[in-house]
Amino acid sequence: MEILLQQIINGLVQGSVYALVALGYTMVYGILGLINFAHGEVVMVGAMVALVVIKALLASALSPVLVLLLSLLAAVSVCMALGYGIERIAYRPLRHAPRLAPLITAIGVSIVLQTLAMIIWGREYHAFPQLLPNVAHSLGGAVINEVQIAIVLVAVLVMLALLLLVHRTRLGRAMRAVAENPAAAALMGVNINGVISTTFMLGSALAALAGIMVSANYGIVHYYMGFMLGLKAFTAAVLGGIGNLRGAMLGGVMLGLIESLGAGYSGELTGGVFGSNYQDVFAFIVLIAVLIFRPSGLLGERVAERA
Amino acid sequence: MTPQSEILLQLSGVGKHFGGLTALSEVSLHIRRCEIYGLIGPNGAGKTTLFNILTGLYQLDAGSFTFAGSSFASCKPHLLAQAGIARTFQNIRLFPNMTALENIMVGRHLRTHGGIWAALTRHAAARREEQEISQRALELLRYVGINRSSHTLAKNLSYGEQRRLEIARALATEPKLLALDEPAAGMNATETASLKVLLQTIRASGITVLLIEHDVKLIMGLCDRVAVLDYGKKIAEGVPAEVRNDPAVIAAYIGGGAA
Repeated sequence: MEILLQQIINGLVQGSVYALVALGYTMVYGILGLINFAHGEVVMVGAMVALVVIKALLASALSPVLVLLLSLLAAVSVCMALGYGIERIAYRPLRHAPRLAPLITAIGVSIVLQTLAMIIWGREYHAFPQLLPNVAHSLGGAVINEVQIAIVLVAVLVMLALLLLVHRTRLGRAMRAVAENPAAAALMGVNINGVISTTFMLGSALAALAGIMVSANYGIVHYYMGFMLGLKAFTAAVLGGIGNLRGAMLGGVMLGLIESLGAGYSGELTGGVFGSNYQDVFAFIVLIAVLIFRPSGLLGERVAERA
Repeated sequence: MTPQSEILLQLSGVGKHFGGLTALSEVSLHIRRCEIYGLIGPNGAGKTTLFNILTGLYQLDAGSFTFAGSSFASCKPHLLAQAGIARTFQNIRLFPNMTALENIMVGRHLRTHGGIWAALTRHAAARREEQEISQRALELLRYVGINRSSHTLAKNLSYGEQRRLEIARALATEPKLLALDEPAAGMNATETASLKVLLQTIRASGITVLLIEHDVKLIMGLCDRVAVLDYGKKIAEGVPAEVRNDPAVIAAYIGGGAA
């Protein structure tokens, strides 16, 4: 029973991170029909920038919470600029190209960012300093620490704010209008390029936040961390129904739970043949199963192929 | 009609071709303020192409047009919308997964300002603007007579309601010229009759209407003047009764031998 509860807590925490990253994939897909495979690297850059700022400020007399907020501000700013730049340089010139072209460019951007990060920050694992007090609370036999509580709470608040933005503001309506019919939206005076840029920047801001969360949770930052995280978040977006915001949130949390429950019980259920080190396999089993049995995802609608 | 005689839209020698196909050639015409102007012609005559040029979806290859005193040779759609041209489409192009109200609220985009800062902070001015947007959108829904369906997704509205919603969305941009591409297509007689009343109300409110239509009865009963296009050329222009008896028009519709 304690194991079950513990795995659920771990799954929710990890799922919150997946959900934030998955939102970035799903927003861009919703508007452009493009999988931005460089999105995982934006998460990594966010974590790295935060680490640089924290290291620089750690010696100062600032309070740890303030340091964390400043690092968040820096990471979000840098990632928004990066997201804007990626769209401008890598995707906009290919807006009317066959769909394969931007997909390949996306992979290219991902490799460039990874390599740049390796050159700048090196190949080694960096320790991410602990800024929040590591107080663990006991919850029915399971343990949850304050960092984890903060991750879940912040993720929920940010996601609610995003839903509010998309459904209740002028900017959000413009985003949905461009996603549904770009030509008609332009006739309403919507500046399509502006909306697309804004979408990339919002997604990147969420990625920066997710980068800090995952680093704070595991205490480690590495130039390669965005790759697997990006793939899993993409899986979460597909699971929920890519292009659908609530789907990305649901898919993220579900994937987190599936992974942690799978890892927690796979050893027991298979008599030790598949231990918890097979954790990563579950995400991709889910991806394959979704693609076979419900390609439109849990909340996705069947969309006609775009011309 | 002295108070209406001011010219709102003037086309001079407008031409457009797609590869070897000439869609429009040397089309010149003018539309006066507060007029209901009909554009008719057989299928493929270039009527919709003309609409696409006026709204910036196509760039013209020859000639130019002036609208409300400014000249437009090539222009982006959102700038022409800004200048005051709004349109509807032959095949309805709403935002299907947004509610009727939201569709019109997008139409208010042009005349409102809140950006990402307003969206994130939702300060007092932004909230007031949002309030005004939805207020105005509701008024427009009432104006075209579909306010009961304000929270229905556009794709779930009936065909006639969708047509009306598209007109309301175009009106939300506060146009000087409302260009309607076959608004009565697929409508039954009752729906067409009430569409006619709506268009007359719109004109009475000071908006000029440009109409592509195949329903001859509607054109004859509604338009002040009519132009006829055939194979990309203007072959006739004038008051409906005159144009109806023009031999060139009869030939274009019925075939060369009848003239």
